[in-house]
Amino acid sequence: MTRFETAFAKGPALVCFITGGDGDTAANLDALVEGGADVIELGMPFTDPMADGPAIQEANIRSLDAGTRTADIFRMASEFRTRHPQVPLVLMGYANPMIARGADWFADECAKAGVDGVICVDIPPEEDAELGPALREKSVSLIRLATPTTDAARLPAVLEGSSGFLYYVSVAGVTGMQQAAQGSIEDAVARLKAASSIPVAVGFGVRTPEQASAIAKVADGVVVGSALVDLVKQHGAEAPAHLRALTSALAEAVHAAR
Amino acid sequence: MTAQTPVNSFSNMPDETGHFGQFGGRYVAETLMPLILDLEKEYRKAQQDPAFWAEFDALMKDFVGRPSPLYFAPRITEHFRGLAPAGKGPKIYFKREELNHTGAHKINNCIGQILLAIRMGKTKIIAETGAGQHGVATATVAARFGLPCKIFMGAKDIERQKPNVFRMKLLGAEVISCESGSQSLKDSMNDALRYWVANVHDTFYIIGTAAGPHPYPELVRDFQSIIGKETREQMLEKEGRLPDMLVAAVGGGSNAIGLFHPFLDDPDVAMTGIEAAGHGIDTDKHAASLTGGKPGILHGNKTYLLQDEDGQITEAHSISAGLDYPGLGPEHSWLHESGRVNYVPITDTQALEAFQLCCELEGIIPALESSHALAALPQLTAQMDEDKLLVVNVSGRGDKDIFTVAEALGVEL
Repeated sequence: MTRFETAFAKGPALVCFITGGDGDTAANLDALVEGGADVIELGMPFTDPMADGPAIQEANIRSLDAGTRTADIFRMASEFRTRHPQVPLVLMGYANPMIARGADWFADECAKAGVDGVICVDIPPEEDAELGPALREKSVSLIRLATPTTDAARLPAVLEGSSGFLYYVSVAGVTGMQQAAQGSIEDAVARLKAASSIPVAVGFGVRTPEQASAIAKVADGVVVGSALVDLVKQHGAEAPAHLRALTSALAEAVHAAR
Repeated sequence: MTAQTPVNSFSNMPDETGHFGQFGGRYVAETLMPLILDLEKEYRKAQQDPAFWAEFDALMKDFVGRPSPLYFAPRITEHFRGLAPAGKGPKIYFKREELNHTGAHKINNCIGQILLAIRMGKTKIIAETGAGQHGVATATVAARFGLPCKIFMGAKDIERQKPNVFRMKLLGAEVISCESGSQSLKDSMNDALRYWVANVHDTFYIIGTAAGPHPYPELVRDFQSIIGKETREQMLEKEGRLPDMLVAAVGGGSNAIGLFHPFLDDPDVAMTGIEAAGHGIDTDKHAASLTGGKPGILHGNKTYLLQDEDGQITEAHSISAGLDYPGLGPEHSWLHESGRVNYVPITDTQALEAFQLCCELEGIIPALESSHALAALPQLTAQMDEDKLLVVNVSGRGDKDIFTVAEALGVEL
């Protein structure tokens, strides 16, 4: 079984995102795992994060201003893999930093660092050739996004060539802004699960255990990002304790649906 | 529309997936993909619909004031003949896009796109702007068709283009200040995309240049090609033959591709695109993405970008807000790699000199963007024979730039 299969086999999983290089990433990642995160998404900072709201935009800028390089992200990933051999690790970011040295180079680095999957915000299935074949060649999952605007006609193209899990972006908008109505999430997840053989995780705008609990009743995973990134901004070096506390509450809510 | 293109055509791009060779494409978030596909479908229908083009042509004539003149510039021609070696110094013509309603070529594209927006049933308009010319043109067509309009503009550009900001407000647009990043054109595009992704159901994004996800580079080019089509007819009428050289500034590159495209399959027509070299391409303050960048992905397309080795986008600099962008349209990247168009960098200082020269010799105040094209004349005219014909696209007028120019020249207004 892959790390993703193991993580999702236990029932609804909590997926936690933070931006790499924003604060003490190693300590913050450890806090997420200790709190009960089942899957980790590590954000690769980019100068132009077009799909992100203010919280993650600012985290990208803090990270780049602190001098974070792509090599640092892979070092963080590789060290995470050593400390946590079983926890699935996903890199999430934008196309340009991923292809800057060539897709093969990127896929190779992912494999060497023990990265299980990649989410690239601005490569839709139509441009799969840019990154997809290189990742599949190295058995790194390409995790695609489905959105409220993804209709039934497009869904097979989104699922084709993707693996690990399907990330349902529950609102048409940028990260961290508002939450979708529970009813619309339930309908969408039912539709996606009917078409998909891989788990469906739901994200965008999920901040509280109450929201996470409601989503976990219908989906295979719940993704939380901006709320965690906000804690990193607010607490700096003291962030791990706060991250651990929020993650524990979220994990309890998500796992209660198992 | 492309029934007669020759086998080795430069003008039949993009391919059916929106690529110009390795460039172009549709690199957008999944939320936008269905809309982008819908836009393409709607544009294909419009392309085949004579009623669409009849409305476009009527607005071009009576609202925009087209055709814009192709003007023989006698004193600037004589000036450069005087500087050139004996027998050199071509006849210089200006394509007078600065005489269009709103003062630049930008309106051509805005008319086309708002007609598409209306066909698609969209009721709100957004746009990004750098120098403010595209913002003014968008606000103008939004007012003309009675649609509410938001213009995203970098905070730095709002400061250096105050007259255009006020124009947009007079036209009823809401100007939204973008405070992130370099606070210029690139960041206004990021914020426009963020807004769009949350409002796709009722909002049409009028992109101002021949860039962004397919089909934008193609449709913006098609709407701007009226520049080259007119130039062709006008030159045949005046001189009985095609021009030998076309010159245009390239920021995103819509005025340049509009002039160039109808001539791409005329092998005897040479073309020069001018990139903004800011303080110089050997400094870190320029906007010459072909000369100083490499291919990458930003704002929905693959194209040459200013970036570091990690693929982080580096900040562009140009005295001209309209050229202050770290990339350019994908078709220009392709025309550069295929060798069909030659791209040349011009610095802030060279552009300022050309700006003043054009004012003094021709009685025309050109935009700083167009001044970059004019600044290539010393090197181009020195190599061309007297009987050759050169066309410069004077893409916009410089009234908006007088404060920037005064400051650069140390003049207090």
